[in-house]
Amino acid sequence: MAHARRHLLGIETLPREEIEAILDSAASMKEVLRRDIKKVPALRGKTVINCFFESSTRTRSSFEIAAKILSADAVNWSSSGSSVSKGETLIDTARNLEAMRPDILVIRHAASGAPHLVAQRVGCAVVNAGDGAHEHPSQALLDAFTLRERWGSLEGRTVAIVGDIRHSRVARSNVYCLQKLGAKVRLCGPPTMLPIGIEKLGCEVGSDLRAAVAGADAVMMLRIQQERISESLFPTTREYSRFYGLSRAKLDWLKEDALVLHPGPINRGVELEPEVADGSRSVILDQVENGVAVRMAILLRAAGMPAEASAA
Amino acid sequence: MRPDMIVLKNGRVIDPASGVDGPRTVLIENGRIAAIQDPALPAPPGATEIDCAGRWIVPGLIDLHVHLREPGEEYKETVATGVRAAVAGGFTAVVSMPNTRPVIDNAHLVRFVLDKAKEAGLARVHPAGAVTMGQKGEQLAEYGDMKAAGAVALTDDGRPVMDAGVMRRALEYARAFDLPIMVHEEDLRLAAGACMHEGEVSMRLGLKGFPAAAEDVMVLRDVELAALTGGRLHIGHLSTAGAVRAVREAKRRGLRVTAEATPHHFTLTDEAVATYDTNAKMCPPLRSQEHVEAVLEGLADGTIDAIATDHAPHSSVEKDVEFERAANGIVGLETAVPLTLALVRRGILSEKRAIELLSTGPARCFGLPGGTLAAGSPADVTVIDPAVEWTVEPASFESKGRNTPFGGWKVQGRAVLTLVEGRIVFGGERSSR
Repeated sequence: MAHARRHLLGIETLPREEIEAILDSAASMKEVLRRDIKKVPALRGKTVINCFFESSTRTRSSFEIAAKILSADAVNWSSSGSSVSKGETLIDTARNLEAMRPDILVIRHAASGAPHLVAQRVGCAVVNAGDGAHEHPSQALLDAFTLRERWGSLEGRTVAIVGDIRHSRVARSNVYCLQKLGAKVRLCGPPTMLPIGIEKLGCEVGSDLRAAVAGADAVMMLRIQQERISESLFPTTREYSRFYGLSRAKLDWLKEDALVLHPGPINRGVELEPEVADGSRSVILDQVENGVAVRMAILLRAAGMPAEASAA
Repeated sequence: MRPDMIVLKNGRVIDPASGVDGPRTVLIENGRIAAIQDPALPAPPGATEIDCAGRWIVPGLIDLHVHLREPGEEYKETVATGVRAAVAGGFTAVVSMPNTRPVIDNAHLVRFVLDKAKEAGLARVHPAGAVTMGQKGEQLAEYGDMKAAGAVALTDDGRPVMDAGVMRRALEYARAFDLPIMVHEEDLRLAAGACMHEGEVSMRLGLKGFPAAAEDVMVLRDVELAALTGGRLHIGHLSTAGAVRAVREAKRRGLRVTAEATPHHFTLTDEAVATYDTNAKMCPPLRSQEHVEAVLEGLADGTIDAIATDHAPHSSVEKDVEFERAANGIVGLETAVPLTLALVRRGILSEKRAIELLSTGPARCFGLPGGTLAAGSPADVTVIDPAVEWTVEPASFESKGRNTPFGGWKVQGRAVLTLVEGRIVFGGERSSR
């Protein structure tokens, strides 16, 4: 039975029940992902176009693999060398791709709101794979999935998100997602990387790393989004790393069983010392694996397919 | 019959310049106001009589801030379509902005705009010339020459004059010709890359914000330069609480500083951007509630002299794109009256103050003709139906621009008759002999 096709544009407007439904569905999908024969027919005959207007390796491959395991035909479209460089507008590009009858458009774009603009103009489902500094819903869902897998529930847990909050779509989506699932969120970074208005999100906000990670159940370290920064927000990566990087020495500030997350790509030696990234508390590669399962769940939802039947 | 004579009867005359507010008959003869008389007195025989029952008869509305886009961007607007939009919105005169292609920075281009306006023959067009050559912010333009050709003000609108030294000399030199300098206040460094007001909404949307301080610091700078030079400074599209405070203080000090605010800045907040609607993108950006309230206070207490629309037509080419790539600006000529009258219904402005902000106030800012119904003045008159309810339909605008965040809004009040020099240039369907 096919349900209505549904966009996934952000977590801010996604109700808790929907988040939980996606995470539950992702758990079945993870089982599929770990089979010898990683193939189910759920999306056979469906077409997914991955439209990447901004570069990405992890997210694009993850969506592509997710689509292929579900037997969808996955096409990757990237803006470099495309009609975009010939001056085509986003709306024209989207409508042309839509004319090829895809069922789902997965969109990554450097401009906040770009997937929303596309969703208003096309008939197929639109999945936001990251828009500017706005939202990255599939990342937040895979982070929540990773934590839920470890903890059973996020209720009452505390997660510290550290780094370039200003330019981070991962931070915004995670704040909404973690809070909806009952966790408390702390945001930490130099004041120049904490946007005005951030205190309205209901998080603890500060610039002292030690205070932010003390007692936290998980610490999510963010990359400095150099590609979005055109001004001097901190003096040197050396000083940044000293005050906002997570080193072995600073692990003493964390709870014994605190988890370390990172959405990738990591700038080793800046926000994470290599030994921490590869250490026993790190769940970074779990996040990547879970990303495929969560994106399978997202594609099923976008196509209006029920999860129960899809693992068969 | 006296075709040169028009009588507007049964209406309520609101003339802030003379303080008249009540039932009066307006006699117009040979393009001038002949008399404002007691409604009981008979109209002269043979005159065209127009029944204005239930309506307000007010001095022709004047918009100090209109982008007519000609020369250079005629696909967005022309002088002819712009003045059609003006009279349909009740405006009898507009000040045209010089940020055209090429920039209106010399007398020839001032005359070009005036020639186009004469051809169109509807609203009066008063061109503003550029402050600096090519609006590059470096070399002063020929103010005297432009004034002799008909320019009424100077502005690099669309951009600030970032160099304080240039701004100082501009204010000084303009004194020789008694020309006001209208400023677009935006510190380009503080606003670098920004596309909306900086605050909670920009944080949520992940859009780079433009702090109110980017406007405040420039207004404060220019007020001090006005004090230094004795020049006439007019703050265009003021939008922040800090700017309102700075203008209030400048007036208290007796400086020659005037200011305007737009209907969108006093009607909407930055929440209008929440759906990434590019029709909510303009510069200065829509601000948060506390700034809107400060602007309303400034309109009510006299700090702000004029309501101006910053009418900025764009085509879908500029607006049907990602928010951060979209052009700034919205059209305003055809929605200014109902948005201003909404403030009267909300109890923020009196009827007289609302009309003053749309006519007498702007006329005074730049020393323009009009803004009064005194006998002997040019018969630039607007008749407003304050009660009529209607829905804003961008597709039916006279302007070529459809870029408005007010499309579909149910509003109240509009101009139903517009006269320029005693000639009906818009409306008049209710006229009778």
